[in-house]
Amino acid sequence: MTSYASEQVEYAIEAKGLSKHFGNNIAVNKLDLKIPKGSIYGFLGPNGCGKSTSIRLLTGLLEASEGDVTILGKPLLGHEEALKKRIGYMTQKFSLYDDLTVQENLNFVGAIYGFAGKRKKARLEELLALYDLEKQAKQFAGSMSGGQKQRLALACATLHSPELLFLDEPTSAVDPENRREFWERLFDLCAAGTTILVSTHYMDEAERCHALAIMEEGNKRADGSPQALMDAMPATVVEVSGNKLRRLKQTLTQHPEILSAAQIGAHLRVLVKKKVQDPLSLISTLSDGRETVLARPSLEDVFVTCTGDRYVD
Amino acid sequence: MWIRIYAIFIKELKQLSRDRMTFGMIIMIPLVQLMLFGYAINTDARHIHVGLVDLSQTSESRAVEQALVATQSVDFIARYRSIKEAEVAITKGEIRAVLYLPADMTRRLFNHPLYDHKQTDSPLTLPIGQWIVDGSDTVIASTIRALRNMPLDEVANHTATRTAPSFEVVQYFNPEQRTVVNIVPGLVAVILTMTMILFTSSAIVRESEHGNMEFLITTPVRSIELMIGKIAPYVLVGLLQVAIILCVGHWMFSVPIKGSILSLLGSSILFIFASLTLGLVLSTIAKTQLQSMQMTIFILLPSILLSGFMFPYDAMPVAAQWIAEALPVTHFMRMIRAIALRDASLLLLGKDALWLGLFTIGGIIIASLRFKKTLG
Repeated sequence: MTSYASEQVEYAIEAKGLSKHFGNNIAVNKLDLKIPKGSIYGFLGPNGCGKSTSIRLLTGLLEASEGDVTILGKPLLGHEEALKKRIGYMTQKFSLYDDLTVQENLNFVGAIYGFAGKRKKARLEELLALYDLEKQAKQFAGSMSGGQKQRLALACATLHSPELLFLDEPTSAVDPENRREFWERLFDLCAAGTTILVSTHYMDEAERCHALAIMEEGNKRADGSPQALMDAMPATVVEVSGNKLRRLKQTLTQHPEILSAAQIGAHLRVLVKKKVQDPLSLISTLSDGRETVLARPSLEDVFVTCTGDRYVD
Repeated sequence: MWIRIYAIFIKELKQLSRDRMTFGMIIMIPLVQLMLFGYAINTDARHIHVGLVDLSQTSESRAVEQALVATQSVDFIARYRSIKEAEVAITKGEIRAVLYLPADMTRRLFNHPLYDHKQTDSPLTLPIGQWIVDGSDTVIASTIRALRNMPLDEVANHTATRTAPSFEVVQYFNPEQRTVVNIVPGLVAVILTMTMILFTSSAIVRESEHGNMEFLITTPVRSIELMIGKIAPYVLVGLLQVAIILCVGHWMFSVPIKGSILSLLGSSILFIFASLTLGLVLSTIAKTQLQSMQMTIFILLPSILLSGFMFPYDAMPVAAQWIAEALPVTHFMRMIRAIALRDASLLLLGKDALWLGLFTIGGIIIASLRFKKTLG
């Protein structure tokens, strides 16, 4: 970390009323963010919800239509170039050179960040070892697997040891095994003091974040730690088991007190508004005495209750 | 700053050397074009297909025909009984012109003032025949027109009385009047325009299309560094092409290279820089490689047609000359021909050199202003 990364700055990212308009289309609408240093923060939302645009705004790749952004204690506006040395960015699409080898790609990025001579050589060797790319060093990036490409991209994005790392849907092209491993690396980076902002549309990934924001159509619908979000959920989860669940789902979703019903295997997961006093008996009556139990809420339930038509109260 | 430019330069060279198609084109474009233009383009038309309507059918008319064939300008490929038939043949495109020799051709020949001393300015003075030409092609028309005053001494068995020309013409630099001498240096200019603008205009666009740009602009790379690093390799490519064209032109087509290597190098570098910056400006406008390609062609066509490569600059209307002056290729066309063929020095061509220099500086300023390190 650079010397002037002062301790009194609590937040790596602060945004107030951040908006981006593309013509009449509002991609990001009055986004407020406070992301503490040293944490992993997630943007959870479907495709086209403004996750990527928000990241591009926060990295200075796009100019905001409105709003103020402070990155690592400095206002983004006017400090974009200085901040570029302190932030790292891993794009959604693989953005390194397919026709260069792993070693050449790292070499190029190293030189761009001002590494030279022994210092560069040492850093490159360190990264090749850390990201398990030693065997692929002479391989063309274009011929590697999704997981290897992703590791190379992360190696390049963290080559200059940034204080703040942006990851735009980093795991959309890799298998679950590689995803687990990838998140281990993120926690390693986090433990070393890096603040990480990651966007995803996977619930299990979002659940690993220290805190997250649920986004929809450019708006932040809810934010907080996964546990806090689940606790504050304005609904109770009831699981119904039995047969002919498809038809039951139809009847249940018609009911005004029921937010949603989704089939998960042999169960029907029903979200009942919190104001209902005794949700179990309500569902029991509605489902003709099928077996009903209260269930622990998941992040998916949170997501369902705060997005779509349900998001009214 | 230099570390970053060098890093981009090396990266670009590596990518270029691995892109076999592009690398091949760098060598093949000049070679193939040189062969094509060197052999095919010839502005002095020869062996034009013509017809004959000979109503006189005398030994003199046959002698006239043979004298014409001997010039190699025309080949008589058909005979027609009437001028009507011949006109149809011209319309169909079978022949480009027809020679009409009237029935009284022999009398006309001997009464012609050129060959008859006594009958100067006689009322009987008439041309001995008539050419009917498909005038839509001006090169063919002017070739036939040149036959108008062809001497027919041998046919008339008389030495012409008045043959003293008003002017004596001495042809410097290309006494044999070979078109290829003028074409080869011009080809240097055209091919450099094509490859230099095309490569650079797609260079930046390719980075954005492949998604590399999104990463690059979050790094500390400055736009000017990116541009210099990206175009520097193509300066080498351009010089390689100049060398290929001039060497092959010299050895295969015996095109003289009279000027000094230093002047050639200096003018080529000036022009390569001007073309590269033009390509850079285009690349800041284009969003895809296809668009950059279209813009290159938009520049390339006037570069071929207005620069003086195909048609003399002086013959163009003033407005076209203005457009031509704005294009860097016009200035380089003048310089390379002057240096290669007429042994002019770079200093003698200061005005053109100055324009190329100014064009480069202006282009770099515009490109850096337009190239923003933001998306969208």
